[in-house]
Amino acid sequence: MFKLFRGGIHPHDGKELARDAAIETMPAPPLVALPLSQHIGAPCTPTVKVGEMVKRGQRIATSQAFLHADIHASVSGKVKRIENGMIYLENDGLDAWAEGLPFTRDWQAMTPEDLLSAIEAAGIVGMGGATFPTQVKLKPKKPVDVLILNGAECEPYLTADDRLMREEPERVVTGARILAKILGTKRSVIALEENKPEAAEALRRAAGQDLEVLLLRTRYPQGAEKMLIYAVTGREVPLGGLPMDAGAVVQNVGTAAAVADACCHGLPLTERITTVSGDAIRTPKNLRVRLGTSYRDAIDFCGGFSEQPDKVLAGGPMMGRAQESLDVPITKGSSGILALTRRITAHGPELHCIRCGRCVAACPMGLVPSMLSILGERQDVEKARDSYGVMNCIECGCCTYVCPAKRNIVQYIRVTKGAVKALAAKEKAKAAARAAEQEKKAAGGKEAAHA
Amino acid sequence: MNEAVGEKNAPGAAAREGVAKAQAPQAGTKAAASAERLFTVSSSPHIRDGETVTHIMWQVNLALAPAALFAVYHFGLPALVNMAVGAASAIASEYVWQRAMHQPVTALDGSACITGLLIAMSMSPLLPPWMVAIGSVLAIVVAKQSMGGLGFNIFNPAHIGRAALMVSWPVAMTTWTTLAGTASVDAIATATPLNVLKMQGYDAVVSLFGGQGAMYQAMFLGNRNGSLGETSTLLLLAGGLYLIWRGYVNWFVPAVMLATVAVLTWVFGPAGLFTGDPLFHLMAGGLMLGAFFMATDMVTIPMTRRGQVIFAAGAGALTVLIRLVGGYPEGVCYALLLMNAVTPLIDRFVKPRMFGEGGAAK
Repeated sequence: MFKLFRGGIHPHDGKELARDAAIETMPAPPLVALPLSQHIGAPCTPTVKVGEMVKRGQRIATSQAFLHADIHASVSGKVKRIENGMIYLENDGLDAWAEGLPFTRDWQAMTPEDLLSAIEAAGIVGMGGATFPTQVKLKPKKPVDVLILNGAECEPYLTADDRLMREEPERVVTGARILAKILGTKRSVIALEENKPEAAEALRRAAGQDLEVLLLRTRYPQGAEKMLIYAVTGREVPLGGLPMDAGAVVQNVGTAAAVADACCHGLPLTERITTVSGDAIRTPKNLRVRLGTSYRDAIDFCGGFSEQPDKVLAGGPMMGRAQESLDVPITKGSSGILALTRRITAHGPELHCIRCGRCVAACPMGLVPSMLSILGERQDVEKARDSYGVMNCIECGCCTYVCPAKRNIVQYIRVTKGAVKALAAKEKAKAAARAAEQEKKAAGGKEAAHA
Repeated sequence: MNEAVGEKNAPGAAAREGVAKAQAPQAGTKAAASAERLFTVSSSPHIRDGETVTHIMWQVNLALAPAALFAVYHFGLPALVNMAVGAASAIASEYVWQRAMHQPVTALDGSACITGLLIAMSMSPLLPPWMVAIGSVLAIVVAKQSMGGLGFNIFNPAHIGRAALMVSWPVAMTTWTTLAGTASVDAIATATPLNVLKMQGYDAVVSLFGGQGAMYQAMFLGNRNGSLGETSTLLLLAGGLYLIWRGYVNWFVPAVMLATVAVLTWVFGPAGLFTGDPLFHLMAGGLMLGAFFMATDMVTIPMTRRGQVIFAAGAGALTVLIRLVGGYPEGVCYALLLMNAVTPLIDRFVKPRMFGEGGAAK
């Protein structure tokens, strides 16, 4: 019925660790740390002062920039300190909501503009991990006819979206309807991989005729925006383009649930569902957790480590970021916390490329990762950019996963991408300097003529 | 580097276990203690599949094993000696080179073994073992290591070794066994089928075997003269299909090469157009060995599917050209070498279509 994207891999998914653990609400910790930048765009500036008392859901940081998302207090209590780009709140244990929150209203009576401003006021961002401010994504500059809710959750180990869809499908479905109303899309699809039949069943029961629940083949990276759009619509997002160039908007199912809370109950984003899992976690769980909770607290709530992990990851094992310590807060984009032992993370030494072509076959973007890794080693930035399209890499990690020579291909690509950007900035500066020079010359010439 | 971070904070695995044990009884409260040791930080992804270069290479060796064992049965002890000498000298020269150059030693990763084995298997069983050894050493030192080692060699080392021997000792390289005293005494003596074809024509080959059906049967089972490991179509096919099944070989590479040879030899037959015997040509010479084990050498063929198809078709066409028109009876080795040479060119111009390419950003 639908086409599958080209390439991709089938990693061991490790989801059995946490997929049967029902969402558990973790009590708010005594101290939360809320970073001022939990989104793509301009960091916020605090609107509160040290020592001030705040309530849960109160806005504590904002920005004038178009691309930003407000930050709200996730607990009630005192602003303890503001440093390192974070606001630290001391929990007073009362868990008092800001005045008037939460309330109930009928979102269907609201105009799309009202709904949009409710979303903006709630500080919602893409919760699958991309953290792009949602209200900006909901104002595409081109006509869009498909809304896709991303429930693929193709990253191994992560089960938070799965549990959300299974246990609270109404939130997801309501959020989908709200998003569809804002965008005015004809087709609204909730897309998930076929390894989540329970979630699909729950969504189908909750959704009416207006929402399509679509099962996709299980293959990483099915949840990557471009691959998802292709699988659902058969349309390719053009090179360097955005989903709207293919007439689609993609939102994570968690984001949809947050949108429903914001529009129906006026609730800002102060908590999320996150998976704490991995072979080093004693009791893997799916937690409903306050933003700003430290990894240490969340892992302790899951019984701590059963053995020494080698890596602690923010997000999944394919694209997540390795953390140095546990003093890291859970943010709006935290889809999971994974603690993996060396049994999982260890691999052999990096060798030279043997040109086996496994990475070429696995690349969903149709790149030649082996060549990009070699060009990265040589720092041949221009060739990587012009002949091998390095900037089109989505860093999904398939190439590195399958590489028998254990080459860190994605790492080389990231370095090359950084160099391409630096090169562009340098060229821009040079062009600007040249323009200024010419202007000066022209002005000088004019003056000379006047003289 | 990752190890270094770990070592600094808790030297040795025993200490690591100690931490885990001390932590176990009161895991929650002791989490802080364990976190004093920093976690490994690296670029994603953080998981890898179990495939390694070494495993792939030994799998290829395994796939060669049936044909190699048959060679011992068919040609006797000299076959065993030559293959052992070929593999051992290849591995030894790689080891010596890597030690001398202060490189990490990967002589046992299986790739040198394949090279040595292929050299012995693609030559006459009568060749003195020391010549096989020279071929192996040349292949490893000149064609592989001096290029930078596995992954950097442009040409299949086994072919370079064979080609070097061919120009150095042409007589020894083309002296075929009489097969007397071997297990299969009824096999055709003193010349390979392709030799007979070149010198005396197709009818002579058929009469040599005593009929077309008998000829096909002998060539399929391997009961014919020729290089050590090339005679048994059946067992080479089995090894090749195993590699395809395990995903180490793209099926279309041997398929396209064999199909090209079949079509061209059928079209350009001895008695005018469309009179050729493609089945004979498929099973003769080193084609089966070449199509399944040399045209699929990942290092020296293009990386994209389309590129590999071009490579295989080109290799097939050149093989036929050399067999039917050229001075040598067999052309697989040189055909593959020539296509190896154009592989960088193919890789430059034949790239996969990028996702979203063609659809202009509106």
